[in-house]
Amino acid sequence: MTAAVRAKSAPKTNIDRFLVVIKVVLIGVIAIGLLAFIAQQLAPDNTFAQWTHDGQEAQRLSWPQYRGLIVTGISQGAMYGLIALGYSMVYGVLGFINFAHGEVFMVGAFTGFIMANKLDEAGWWEGGMFIPAIILTIVVCALVSTATAVVMERIAYRPLRGSPRLIPLITSIGISFFIQNAVILLFGPGAKGYPSNPDWLEESIPGVGIEVKKLLVICIAAISMAGLWYFVERTKTGKAMRAVAEDKEIASLMGIDVDKTIVTTFAVGGAMAGIAGILWGILFRSVIATTGFLPGVKAFTAAVVGGVGNLGGAMAGGVSIGSAEALGPLMLLEPLGVKGVSQLSDAVSFTALILVLLIKPSGLFGERLSSEDRA
Amino acid sequence: MNTEITDSVHTVDTVSKGAFDVDWRKIGRLGGILAIGLVFIALVGMPVGLDGRLLIDPILSLGYLSLLWLPLIVGYSVGREVVLEGMAETKKGARDVVAGAAVGGLGGLGLSVLLVLVDNLDLRDPLVNWSPQLVEFLSFGSGLAFGFAAWIVIGVAIGGVGGLLHVLPGRGATAFVGAVLTVMLVAIFESFLTDVVDQLEFLYDNTGGLKVVWAVVLAVLAVAVALSGGFEKVSASRTAYQTRTGPGKARQTSMLVGIAFVALIVIPMVTGKVTQELLANVGIFLLLALGLNIVVGLAGILDLGYVAFFAVGGYTSAVLTSPNRGPQWPSWVPTLDGPGGWAIALVVTVLFASLVGLCIGAPVIRMRGDYLAIVTLGFGEIIRLLFLSDWLGGYFNGSQGITKIPSADFGTFEVKGTDPRSVFYLALAFAALSIYVSWRLERSRIGRAWMAVREDESVAEAMGINTVNLKLMAFVVGAALASFAGAIFSAKVGSVFPTSFEILVSIIILVIVIVGGMGNIVGVIVGSVVLVGVLGGPKQPGLLQEFSQYKLLIYGALLIWMMLQRPEGLVPNVRRTRELHQDEFLQDSWLRGEVDRDEAESVDAGDQLAGGMSS
Repeated sequence: MTAAVRAKSAPKTNIDRFLVVIKVVLIGVIAIGLLAFIAQQLAPDNTFAQWTHDGQEAQRLSWPQYRGLIVTGISQGAMYGLIALGYSMVYGVLGFINFAHGEVFMVGAFTGFIMANKLDEAGWWEGGMFIPAIILTIVVCALVSTATAVVMERIAYRPLRGSPRLIPLITSIGISFFIQNAVILLFGPGAKGYPSNPDWLEESIPGVGIEVKKLLVICIAAISMAGLWYFVERTKTGKAMRAVAEDKEIASLMGIDVDKTIVTTFAVGGAMAGIAGILWGILFRSVIATTGFLPGVKAFTAAVVGGVGNLGGAMAGGVSIGSAEALGPLMLLEPLGVKGVSQLSDAVSFTALILVLLIKPSGLFGERLSSEDRA
Repeated sequence: MNTEITDSVHTVDTVSKGAFDVDWRKIGRLGGILAIGLVFIALVGMPVGLDGRLLIDPILSLGYLSLLWLPLIVGYSVGREVVLEGMAETKKGARDVVAGAAVGGLGGLGLSVLLVLVDNLDLRDPLVNWSPQLVEFLSFGSGLAFGFAAWIVIGVAIGGVGGLLHVLPGRGATAFVGAVLTVMLVAIFESFLTDVVDQLEFLYDNTGGLKVVWAVVLAVLAVAVALSGGFEKVSASRTAYQTRTGPGKARQTSMLVGIAFVALIVIPMVTGKVTQELLANVGIFLLLALGLNIVVGLAGILDLGYVAFFAVGGYTSAVLTSPNRGPQWPSWVPTLDGPGGWAIALVVTVLFASLVGLCIGAPVIRMRGDYLAIVTLGFGEIIRLLFLSDWLGGYFNGSQGITKIPSADFGTFEVKGTDPRSVFYLALAFAALSIYVSWRLERSRIGRAWMAVREDESVAEAMGINTVNLKLMAFVVGAALASFAGAIFSAKVGSVFPTSFEILVSIIILVIVIVGGMGNIVGVIVGSVVLVGVLGGPKQPGLLQEFSQYKLLIYGALLIWMMLQRPEGLVPNVRRTRELHQDEFLQDSWLRGEVDRDEAESVDAGDQLAGGMSS
């Protein structure tokens, strides 16, 4: 056996075999779940469905239920996608994951809560005044989140540039912990309720059956995304950002102010997270200091699914994670006879993260990173 | 970044400057930061919340102290200047005092403005601490104008004292700092000191504050010790120990370890229940931190789901010993609640946790550092969600948890939660075992390989190290140690709930390891004693029970501050320090003429390249 051949076959260790087993088991569970789901859709009383449900009849999902789940998935996913953009851009430029980005989102949601309540007291959060009120709130949320992200970069990340990789990562965990607890102490530990949405927002569009608020969330996310795309691809600052992501040193030789560009990246990512924060408020109407954690991790998952550093991928990843989270428990776990599936929707998105990293670590649409980070 | 160079090659004259020839921009910046910091502390609610706790009766409460320490430190640091090689050093003098006072005054002004704002605006709706009590506190109960002026005066005075520390001759600064620290520590640790030695109660009033007379006596004592050179002797003997090498040092080390061990066995016998409880918590977190130290400190794997193994340990031993476990367990899973049963359960627990570690570790271990961190975070959360879910509720009782876990019965020696001393001894025994194991591992072929992987994975692999297997091994060893802690924890508390195993626990253990010093066993011990003992664990109170509300905030701030200022931790590991400050070491040796400059730069560039490549 020549050296080259051995090198090719060498990595087949026990760990590799174990990984293959894990992949097979995970994909198998998904396949069986899907099959069971199809079976119960065709006939709720078939033997397969009865076997998984201990002899009880399985529930068939109706078309309005599907529609509801898909719209919920897409609207939440659009929100995750907006947060994921921040992870993706910072990763593209600095090559590290900003764990505290979920907290930037939470700060946005909190600002939204304060704004919404103040506007509600002034009588703006209802009827026709809602549209200008929500635009004002979005602007303020984006500004506050941007400020948070920029201050964060200045205090904690800039002094650490060039230090070993683990150091900024641990710092960002510390920042996330600090912001969470500062918010608890400043604003009190309880959940904060948004004022109730105006009636027309809670109604469904007649005929289509989609709730107006979810449509609004999807629209706002799409507009923000389009704005970001224009900024990154069509403006000079965006060009500078892409150049810095490609190679910092050469970018600075070309006369680009690298520090300023990095701040811009944080600012734009923060603004997107702030908008996502107010979308959270519209969808769930409640915010608490730990709100940032789970959406943060899911948005990171979305960024990985779409390919880190790839902006369109981040948005697509967000929508896929949101849909997987909404549909997964009912389409995969419920047909297998798992009880209380709604509790496990978070577990579904984590499992999706692990599965993607196992099978295709570069994400569905491929990473766009500079060559030195790809190693 | 520390660019101060201690070994100066050339001697450069010092220049003196006038008292008002100061860097006003620096003063403005630091003063602004100080003001923001003070306003933040005030709005977080520390002053009002801690005002009830008197330190020196009736002069000073912990609430006022929470605002007063900051101007002192900032006032001192404004006068600190980076001394560059070959540059003229500025002589310390009146200008440092002026600068300190100016910065302190700006900070005080921040609080004065806050006082006026709180009195006139109503922002109580979002900000819970924007309250009349804050006005009352900030104005000392004597009106707005008095409070406004008082905070500026206080700021100027304390900032000035901070600046004065640069000017005080010889042992003066040591004497001042020593006196303040002695009085404050004796006052703050009132409950601990009286718990250990009942006779000390004469120092304190019935409110718990130090009596003024005794505060003065303590301060005078500390000044006397400092002026006679007492503190210098202590630090001199420490330096002598640290610089010593050879068999003499080994003998000294083993003597110190022996003394510490005997002290740890004796202390719980003389102290009250509170301290014993505290020590038991410290023991459990020490075990956890030792495990994470192997994973993060030695092998450089940032495992944020470490709590998962703590949970698996706790739940496995609970399932094996409690009669109250979920109803769906098949009958072949025994309930080991007889004498000696706990020991068998422990063995099973550790084996099972290692298996779980292997299963979780195998898929994640090849991922690059930051992906691994977030995936382990996900695993930590999944495991908690599974214990909480209705799906496995028949096994783990969901949010009801598993209760009625019997005490750990070894036949002759019983460990139960009502007797924290026994828990401490058990934790101590396991900690001693794990300290020995990690100490041996660190100095073995495996330990050196771990450190090589941590420093540069690609190079380690090129040297013939099987990086994947070694990292997996570190992961599994960490998991086993965490499951030890989990088993002891479940026996101590007598019940396990999913809420005891939140991600928070992982983060706090990470803070312990990092503050103590990554990769250093002594550091980890210091970290767990200082943090868990003084501040408290995630749910366990520490010595400073007053701080329980604020401790998580302090943990977060501590983590950021340590990473920015001293990433190697309080008790640094020599090798790790060199890794983290390579640039400075190279610069220093270049200045000493040991390394050729161009060579140093090329090494530096090569290192950056390698740092970019490894991940």
